[in-house]
Amino acid sequence: MVHALIDGVLTGSVYALMATGLTLIFGVMDIINVAQGIFVILGAYLSYTLQVHFGIDLFAGLLITIPIMFVVGIVIERIFLSRLKGPEKTAMSILVTYAISLVIEGLLNEIFTVNNVQLNASYVNKSFPLFGIYFPYIYLFGFVLAVVLLGSLYYMLYRTRFGASIRASLADQAAAALVGIDVKKVSTICFGIGIAVTAAGGMIFGATNAFNASTSYDLISRLLTIIVLGGMGSLAGALVAGILMVTLEDLVGVLWSPIWSTMSFFIVLVIVLSFRPQGLFGKQSARVA
Amino acid sequence: MATTPRPLFARPVTWVWVVAALLTLTFPLYETNPAYQQIGVYTLIFTACATSWNMFSGYSGYVNLGAGVSYGTGAYTLAIIAKHLYPNNEQAGGELFWLILLSGLAAMIVAIPIGMIALRVRRHTFVVITIAIFFTFQLAAINFSFTGGTGGLFLPYIPWSASYFDIPFLYVAMAIVFFAITLSALVRRSRFGLQLLAIRDDEDRALGLGVQVAKVKLTGYVMSAFTIGMCGGLFAMLQGQIYPQFVFDPLFDISIALMCFFGGFGTLVGPIIGAVVLESGQQYLTVQYSNGSLYLILFGALFLFVILFMPQGIVVFVRQKAKQRNDRRIAAAAAVGGAQ
Repeated sequence: MVHALIDGVLTGSVYALMATGLTLIFGVMDIINVAQGIFVILGAYLSYTLQVHFGIDLFAGLLITIPIMFVVGIVIERIFLSRLKGPEKTAMSILVTYAISLVIEGLLNEIFTVNNVQLNASYVNKSFPLFGIYFPYIYLFGFVLAVVLLGSLYYMLYRTRFGASIRASLADQAAAALVGIDVKKVSTICFGIGIAVTAAGGMIFGATNAFNASTSYDLISRLLTIIVLGGMGSLAGALVAGILMVTLEDLVGVLWSPIWSTMSFFIVLVIVLSFRPQGLFGKQSARVA
Repeated sequence: MATTPRPLFARPVTWVWVVAALLTLTFPLYETNPAYQQIGVYTLIFTACATSWNMFSGYSGYVNLGAGVSYGTGAYTLAIIAKHLYPNNEQAGGELFWLILLSGLAAMIVAIPIGMIALRVRRHTFVVITIAIFFTFQLAAINFSFTGGTGGLFLPYIPWSASYFDIPFLYVAMAIVFFAITLSALVRRSRFGLQLLAIRDDEDRALGLGVQVAKVKLTGYVMSAFTIGMCGGLFAMLQGQIYPQFVFDPLFDISIALMCFFGGFGTLVGPIIGAVVLESGQQYLTVQYSNGSLYLILFGALFLFVILFMPQGIVVFVRQKAKQRNDRRIAAAAAVGGAQ
């Protein structure tokens, strides 16, 4: 029980980090990035490559992988997503990002094969006691990393001029453009940031789970349900729903049966949506189709 | 043929349909290789699925990325009923095909509550919810005992010889395709179809004009589930065994969507062209090279190309080009006429 709650907060924060990137991209660009799952796996494989072939520590490797993923995000936005326009933009964006994720999945299968791998380090296997229960250090480190990154993301959004222009684009793109914000540039950088957080999320995910390229399907379905539950485009929603999801799964797994644990969150999602179609923290959807 | 008095047969389009239908009906006569006949069955299954997917998603604009729910439900319904009919692994025969109707019915019944929940939200969220519901179903199929878990289910053995095996499947699949295309064409011309198209163009205005949007959307969604469910049942019979990841396959959802976008989203022929080109191409590549990841890369790249350069699909793209050429010809003729 206690174990479930602690694990929920520790692991949930990592999901919250990945989901924040997704919800940020949707809020600013009206793009649903279905490729977020495969980017997490790509981030995990980058960390894996740096560790196995160059002997770079997982956390130190983030200094390399985060900028790489940021650039990957910007390149993809410039080449593919910036071309999408018009009323069907969001539907198209799902298909485009799905296609991108298929290509990346194929490439990863070719390079790394379909065998599961897991990231390893001394702190992945060593444990520490908390309320009499032992947790591997990686959970704690992952939690701290997620909090630091989320903290700096929130600092940037709420305390800097650039953050203000992101939030303005989140609220109303047309109005933001009218007051002189370069919405295009903001969109590109937002996509970069949204992808860059997956490098960190992927590293922790890869250290706590065995993965291959097709793990991304499981990830993306979780991330999407998190942002739908939280309210699409809502940063606070992603945070709360991320932690809620993992806690709920763990609790149901402990109190009832592991068979129901993964499904419990989807059931909660369905119940919430029946009463609040816009999600927990979502704004009433604009009356524009 | 241009002089035929009846206007229906005066149109070249009619003859294209007739030739296509004849080529399909005689397929087992000129293609006797069982491997390629099986590709034909798959292509027909996907043609029916894409057509009925388009009948809801293409006409209403609500992109459903959880069509696999109906497909998998259909497949499991057939497998479970067959298991109870033949508890001691007796040999089965053509009578199994009747169960396909029950597959469609089960998919419809499952679609009603899903539609009631998922269609409450606007398009963007709808897409995401359909994905979420799809994975819930996949998990359910893995976790529950009556689905056989990860081991899946086996269907009764059908003792037909290999050279003959696929032919009944071909004709049953053709019947389903015929049903799907007829239904889609009828819907397109009906008042109901116009209501769906109105929702696609502007849902709020359609509501304001008195279209009962919730009812229309749900009806369309449930109707498309029926055909997709039947296809799932047929697929299960053809395979002889099913696994959760096999019939609840995320690639199925996206393939159907791609076929419709590739051919022409919201048009009648678009999904047919998309399904015939892409499914037969994919199956051929699999038979020839059997390399899954190469296929993923090719498929994704083709998808990107189509969406970015022909976002309305081949059918609309060709129509636009033809219209432009025609306009230019008229303009040129007018210029010549003006000069004289």
